Amino acid sequence: MINSKAASIKAELISNKKAGSYNHMVFSVGELAAHCKPGNFVAIKVGGPTSAMVLRRAFAIYRASMRSDGMGLLELVVAPYGNGSKWLASQEAGSVIDVIAPLGTSFGIPVEPVNALLVGGGYGSAPLFALAETLKQRGCRVDMVLGASTAAKIYAPLEGKRSVNSLTITTDDGSAGTMGRVSDVLSQLIQENEVDVIYSCGPMAMLQAITEISTAHDVVHQCSVEESMACGIGVCMTCVLPVQGDDGVVRMTRTCVEGPVMDGNKVLWSTSREIPDGVWGK
Amino acid sequence: MSINFSTSIAGRFFPTPIFTASGCAGSGKELSQFFPLTSLGAIVTKSIMIKPRSGRATPRMAETPSGMLNSIGLQGPGIDLFLENDIPWLRDQGARIIVSIAGESVEDYAVLARRLRNVPGISALEVNISCPNVENRGQVFACDPTTASDAISAVRRNIGGELPIIAKLSPDVTDIVSIAKSVVDAGADGLALINTLLGMVIDTNSMLPKLSQKTGGLSGPAVRPVAVRAIYQVRAALPEVPIVGMGGVSSGRDAFELVLAGANAVSIGTATFGDPLAAMSITRELEEIVEARGFSNFSDAVGYAHRTEQA
Repeated sequence: MINSKAASIKAELISNKKAGSYNHMVFSVGELAAHCKPGNFVAIKVGGPTSAMVLRRAFAIYRASMRSDGMGLLELVVAPYGNGSKWLASQEAGSVIDVIAPLGTSFGIPVEPVNALLVGGGYGSAPLFALAETLKQRGCRVDMVLGASTAAKIYAPLEGKRSVNSLTITTDDGSAGTMGRVSDVLSQLIQENEVDVIYSCGPMAMLQAITEISTAHDVVHQCSVEESMACGIGVCMTCVLPVQGDDGVVRMTRTCVEGPVMDGNKVLWSTSREIPDGVWGK
Repeated sequence: MSINFSTSIAGRFFPTPIFTASGCAGSGKELSQFFPLTSLGAIVTKSIMIKPRSGRATPRMAETPSGMLNSIGLQGPGIDLFLENDIPWLRDQGARIIVSIAGESVEDYAVLARRLRNVPGISALEVNISCPNVENRGQVFACDPTTASDAISAVRRNIGGELPIIAKLSPDVTDIVSIAKSVVDAGADGLALINTLLGMVIDTNSMLPKLSQKTGGLSGPAVRPVAVRAIYQVRAALPEVPIVGMGGVSSGRDAFELVLAGANAVSIGTATFGDPLAAMSITRELEEIVEARGFSNFSDAVGYAHRTEQA
């Protein structure tokens, strides 16, 4: 079911600053900020009123907060790759942006303190810093691994680093941290830090690789998936993945309302681009 | 506002002429978080089939200039769960319901009509004979006057006398008027014009079709002139047959264009994906335009572009 707090609002862009390959953008969203949880996403109308881009763009929430003066802030990390995100990243402070928030599921927060490992790929690190803060407040140990193709695509702001016990960086080209993929360093980190739960966000291939490792180590894996969406609110049936339900039945499941945060062990990653045999309704 | 904004389709009354388009509003639960479904003229539910259906593999969607391709493949729960869950919920909301059905065979349509004939609270049946996302072009009943007529006849024979039948047609045909005439002769009380157009996008990086099943249905403002043309042609040939128009409507002005062409009601599809409140803003804007053009009855504006006087 759709996030019960979701609403459509006009939000003022408060600031827009370059951060490496990304833009850090802050919006004034009023009381909606109080309902945004780590893992939730927003859907933003792009291109202006006469745009040929008819669909919203989805962005994971970097952080959301209520200020003491009652102003609610929503922060995003935008990667200006496509025409829609380029348009958004080109907007100046004072612009009014059409935002639907909060959408989707959020990361589950353990009741008891646990050892958590947070894994982000590229701008997939965005929702992990607010999650790290929340986990820290619950007394969890929080270690983080961020990976990207190159150093400029690692998003790791100073204030974010404060919430983690350790930060490991991997880059494909070796321009920062360890040369290689996040999956290359996971097994060691899981063992060294006696990790109970992995939280991840990033490209699907990375999430699949993490699931294989988390399964081998018998660690819980909550991942935020990234499947292309048309509506973001559960009506178009575009963003589906084969996911095993609590009843054991695999269904083509909407990642915008049943996700984006899902149990990685329940996603049929190897056949996510097919309708696997045994799926309900095949 | 003081105009009479209501419309009727085959004797059924709707307080406003703005509906949702099948497949673009699910069964209404999600949209009900943004507005009360009673504010719609009617909700047209996602086409339901006899059995649960997984739909097609992903990627199922590609955005295109002023539009999008979709290749969902009629994913849905099947008629049993639909009748158990969705219809009672919609009745509780007080929504006016048009149930859309889709089949793989003429017999499927007959079975679905029998399942729905005694279900209370339904205003009409939309018979989707034009979904382009099927394995075989031969399964698009609306592409041939004979198969189109067979599917509608099967529904007509099994539905009983009460529930109006609206046949949803494809614009991907040489002569939509001949298809329209054949389904009306077979017992359709109204027509839904238009379904999506078959299209394809090729990813120039991977150098392969972007959708897993290669082709998909094109919708959005890009197809609106096709909808206006189809509605205009059918209205001219069949002046008495009610038409539910759809195709790229994203403003009251767009809806009015379809009304002038001959639509008695207008369904909102792709615009809802970009804005869940689209149907509401379009309803307000259409009412303003109809009044501003001097009509005191919405129904007087239907087909007004067909008059012979010079503009």
